Amino acid sequence: MFDFFLTFIPRAIIQGTPLLYGSTGETLTEKSGNLNLGIPGIMYVGAISGVIGAFYYESSLPGPEAFNGALAVAITLGANLLGSLLMGLLYCFLTVTLRANQNVTGLAMTTFGVGFGNFFGGSLIKLSGNEMPYLALNRTSLAFRTPMPGASTTGWFGQLFLSYGFLAYLAVILSLVAAFVLKRTRVGLHLRAVGENPATADAAGINVNRYKYAATCIGSVIAGLGGLYYVMDYASGIWSNNAFGDRGWLAIALVIFTIWRPNRGILSAYLFGGLYILHMYIPTGTDLAVKELYKMAPYVVTIVVLIISSIRNNREKQPPASLGLSYFREER
Amino acid sequence: MNTSAAVEMRNISKRFGTKVQANDNVSLDIQRGEILALLGENGSGKTTLMNMLAGIYFPDSGTILVNGEPVVISSPRKAMELGIGMIHQHFKLVDVLSAAENIVLGLEGKLDLKEATRKIREICDAYGFDVDPNQKIYNMSVSQKQTVEIVKVLYRGADILILDEPTAVLTPQETDKLFAVLRNMRDDGKTIVIITHKLNEVEALSDKVAVLRAGRYIGTLITKKTNAAEMTNMMVGRAVSLDIDRPEPEKPELRMEIRDATVRDEEGLLKLDHVSFDIYGGEILGIAGISGAGQKELLESIYGLQRMEEGSILFHDPDTGETAELKGKKPLQIQQMGISLSFVPEDRLGMGLVGSMDIADNIMLRSYRNGSYGFLNRKDPKKMARWIVTELGVSTPGIDTPVRRLSGGNVQKILVGREIVQTPRVLMMAYPVRGLDINASYTIYQLMNLQKEKGVAVVFVGEDLDVLMELCDRILVLCGGKVSGIVDGRKADKQEIGMMMTRVGGEQDGQ
Repeated sequence: MFDFFLTFIPRAIIQGTPLLYGSTGETLTEKSGNLNLGIPGIMYVGAISGVIGAFYYESSLPGPEAFNGALAVAITLGANLLGSLLMGLLYCFLTVTLRANQNVTGLAMTTFGVGFGNFFGGSLIKLSGNEMPYLALNRTSLAFRTPMPGASTTGWFGQLFLSYGFLAYLAVILSLVAAFVLKRTRVGLHLRAVGENPATADAAGINVNRYKYAATCIGSVIAGLGGLYYVMDYASGIWSNNAFGDRGWLAIALVIFTIWRPNRGILSAYLFGGLYILHMYIPTGTDLAVKELYKMAPYVVTIVVLIISSIRNNREKQPPASLGLSYFREER
Repeated sequence: MNTSAAVEMRNISKRFGTKVQANDNVSLDIQRGEILALLGENGSGKTTLMNMLAGIYFPDSGTILVNGEPVVISSPRKAMELGIGMIHQHFKLVDVLSAAENIVLGLEGKLDLKEATRKIREICDAYGFDVDPNQKIYNMSVSQKQTVEIVKVLYRGADILILDEPTAVLTPQETDKLFAVLRNMRDDGKTIVIITHKLNEVEALSDKVAVLRAGRYIGTLITKKTNAAEMTNMMVGRAVSLDIDRPEPEKPELRMEIRDATVRDEEGLLKLDHVSFDIYGGEILGIAGISGAGQKELLESIYGLQRMEEGSILFHDPDTGETAELKGKKPLQIQQMGISLSFVPEDRLGMGLVGSMDIADNIMLRSYRNGSYGFLNRKDPKKMARWIVTELGVSTPGIDTPVRRLSGGNVQKILVGREIVQTPRVLMMAYPVRGLDINASYTIYQLMNLQKEKGVAVVFVGEDLDVLMELCDRILVLCGGKVSGIVDGRKADKQEIGMMMTRVGGEQDGQ
C-alpha cells in the first residue's frame, strides 16, 4: 500500500502542478474583477512559447557537449514569460481599456491561444524533420527536471518531497505568496476592493485600471508557467499538438473549488491531479467502460463543487462582487 | 490660524453636456467651526457644487479658496489632502470587508489593522460614535454604514465635512443621534456642510443656511433669524406663467379610489403610509413631492408592480358600472380583468422600452400575447408604430430603427404613444418631461390634455411646480410617504405647495 502511494502521490503532484499554476494565476486575476476565461489559451501559449525558445536554443548549438542547462532554462523561461505576458496584456487592453465583454474576450483568447500553439507546434515539428507528430526537447526538459539535492539518498522522503524540478516548488511558493499578499498587505486589500466594488476603490484614490492590469498580467504569467511545467516536466519535453487537453478549464474550476483562496489551491490542485490520473491506478479489469467512468472524476467533482458553491449563502465565500463587469467612472 | 473662511467658492459654474447648467456663477463662503445647511429643491445644483469641493467634478470656471489659499481640487485624494471629506448619499463601502479595512482603504504605508483599530476607537470615543471596527459592512444597518463613512473621513484628518442628504435613509431616532454627533464635531472646531431640502433639519441643526435655486446662489441666512416661509420663498421662487392649456374638465367621474395604501421597501422602511385619494376620469391629477417621497411606489402599487401591505384600490369601470378591487393583482391579471391601465415609468430605457429593439417590436411588448397559434401578430404593431411616428411627430429614420438611437424626446413620445394606443382608462406618467426640451415637453402636455378630453384619468408625477400648477386640475402633495394635502391646481399657491412638500400638512409648526 505504501509503495502504491509512493508512486501515486508524486504522479498526482506532477499532474496537479500545472493546475496549481493556472488556479493561482486565475485567482489573482479574478480578485481584480476580471473573469479571464482565456486562461486555457494563455497556458497553451505559455507552453508553446517556452518550446519555441528551447527549440531554437537547442538547434543553435554546434554539438551536444555545448549544451548549458542553466542557459536553456533561462531562455525557455524568458520566452514563456513573454508569451503569456503578451496574452495578459491583450486581454487587459480589450477588457479594461476598451471595455469589451470579458466572457467573449476570454473565450476568443482561448480559441486563439490553442490555434496559435498548434500552428507553431506543427511548424516546429516540420522544421525538426521528425517523422512522428511530436517534438522532443529532451535536454532542456532534463535541465528543468533536475531534482532537489538529496532526492535519491533520502529514501521515501526524497521520493515524496525532493524528486521534482524547481518549477513544482515555485508553484507552491507562488500560491503561498499570493495568499499572503491578498490577506495581509495593503496591495492585497486594494486589489480585493477593486474586484468587489471598483467605484468605491476609485473614490478611495486607488487606480482601478492599474490594479486590473497588474493583477491580470501577473496572473497570466503565473498561469503560463503551468503550461511550461506541463511540457517540460510532465511530458518530459515532448510537445504534441492538443496534448495539453482540458487542464486550463480544470484550473478555472479549481478557483471555484478553493473559494478564491490561493493557499487552499495547493492541496486542491494535487487532489484534482490525483483524480485526473486515478483511472490508471484503479484496477478495472478488462471492462473499459469502468475506466471511462473513472476518467470523469475531476469533472464530476467540478460540477458538484459548482452546485455546492452556488447554494452556499455565506457572503465571504462568494466570488468577487464585480467579477466579469467592466468599470468606467460615470460622468453625468 | 488665519481668520479667513474655511472655504470660499468664487463664481463657480458647471454644465453637463450642452443642456444642463448645474451651477451658474455660484459664490459661497463656508465659515470655520459652523454648520452650514445647503438648501435647495431637487436639481438645484447642491450636490454638484459640493462634488466640486470633494474633487469628484471639476468646475468649468471659477476659483476655490481653502483657508484663504487658492487651490485646484483635481481628485478626491487632493480634497482629502486639503482636509475636505464628503459623505455621499450612496455609501462607498466594500461589503465583504470590515469597517476598519474600509476605513484604511486607499491609504499608503504598511497595513497595520491593529493600529488602525486603536485609532478608530479613539475617534469614536471622542465624538460618541458607535462602531465595531471588526464588523463586516454587510452585517451593518444603514445608519451604521453611514457612521463608518463619517469615521473614514475623520480618520483621514478631514476638518471640513460635507454630508449629502444624510438623513434620507435614517429613522428619526438615528437622525437625532447623528445631529448630536455633528454638534459635537462642530464644538470641536470642525466645519460641517449638510445638503438637504428639509426645512425642519435646517432649523434643528444649522447655524447658517445657504439657498440655491436652479443652479444659482440665492443667499445665505442666519438660521435663528429666519423662518420657514422666507426659506421656502427663496427655495421655490416666484411663479412664472408658462401658458400651458388647461381645458375645463367635462363631467369628471370617479375612476379609482385608493384607500390607506401602505408600502414598505425591502429594508422595511415605510415608503407609503396610509395614502388615500380619488382619481377622476376626465381630469389631470398632479402628484408633487420631493423625490423619494413615495411617488414611484404609489404609481407602481396602482399598476400592480409593488406589493401593498395594507389598503385597497377600487376601480370603477365606466362601461359596465362595476367596481373591482385591484389590490394584490399583478399587471397581467389586471389586464385580463379587462381593465386598461397605462404606466409610463420614469426609467424609460430601463423599465419602459428595450433600447436595442425597434419601435414596432417595443409596441409588441404590450401585445405579444395577441398572436394566434404561437405566432406573433406583427401587422398591428407596425400599423401602430406608423401611427405614433406620424401623429406624435417622432423624428426617426424609420419604424425599424432601434429606439436607443433616438433622442430622449423621441423615445418618450414612443413610450407615451405606445401607452395611448392601448386606449387606457387610467394613464399614469412619472416625470414624463424629464430631460426633454421645451418643444417636446409641450407635445407631451398636449397629449395629456387630449387624453383628459377623451375621459381618461391622467395621473402626472412632476417635479416642476410651475408646470404642475399650470396643467393639473388637482395636485396631490406627498411628503415622506404621506399625503400632505390635495389642492386645486387653479387656486394653488406655489409657496403653500412648497411648504406641504417639506412638511405634512404644511403648517409652520407641524412635523
